[in-house]
Amino acid sequence: MEPKTRVKAEDGQQDLLITRTFELPLPLLFTAYTDPAIIEQWMGTKVLKLDNHKHGGWQFETTNAQGQVVFRAGGVIHEFVPDQKITRTFEIENAPFGPQLEFLEFESLPNGAGQLRMHIVYRSVAQRNQQLQLPFAKGLNLAHNRLQDIVGQLLTR
Amino acid sequence: MNLRRDAFQAIADPTRRAILLLLASQSLTAGAIAASFDSARPTVSKHLQILTECELLTQEQKGREMYYHLNPVGIKAIADFVEPFRQMWDERFNQLEALLKARHPQNPA
Repeated sequence: MEPKTRVKAEDGQQDLLITRTFELPLPLLFTAYTDPAIIEQWMGTKVLKLDNHKHGGWQFETTNAQGQVVFRAGGVIHEFVPDQKITRTFEIENAPFGPQLEFLEFESLPNGAGQLRMHIVYRSVAQRNQQLQLPFAKGLNLAHNRLQDIVGQLLTR
Repeated sequence: MNLRRDAFQAIADPTRRAILLLLASQSLTAGAIAASFDSARPTVSKHLQILTECELLTQEQKGREMYYHLNPVGIKAIADFVEPFRQMWDERFNQLEALLKARHPQNPA
């Protein structure tokens, strides 16, 4: 069985392709991008604005327990076709990353599963690689660090 | 259900990690590897099969014996920097899937 989420990041390129097959029918999957209540639960952020149409825009905000804003991101919508396609920009405010361009394509597979393909284009190779290393930077992956220890031992013997 | 066959799956198991460590310094036959573990021979053979399928080991036939070597290319792939990013998205999407399934239990794909 293939892993549910695949990431293709070729060396020296400034884009990424993330593919995920869900055990969910396509229309339900699509609500994860259109229904503010679901977005708020799934992403743990507040939806300030979500105008899902051509020339529309979006803005999400996350606050801590003290009510201070810890994260705000937004962008514009270039293309919106229900159950098929969203083309948008994505930018974290007050962060050094700059905007990225995202092509989201949704497809219903023959077995009824919904598939999402996210093609993300960054301004530079360096910026893309910085994003890829974010999980390390945030310490989100302790298991991976353990693996690195094991691999390190293997490679130095 | 098929087991997922990737390097991360392969090293999720402590016996398989121990086999890799054992082979890091020398190539051994299946029998010699099995002799180093308390597990039954067929269990060790299964582990060797998984490690070979995941390209962490290579097999070499010498006469009547099958030798196992560590495949450094496969080992290096584990340290591939894309993997934690993939796992982060996988986790994120798993949460989304669980959330939508809970909200719409009558809607399996």
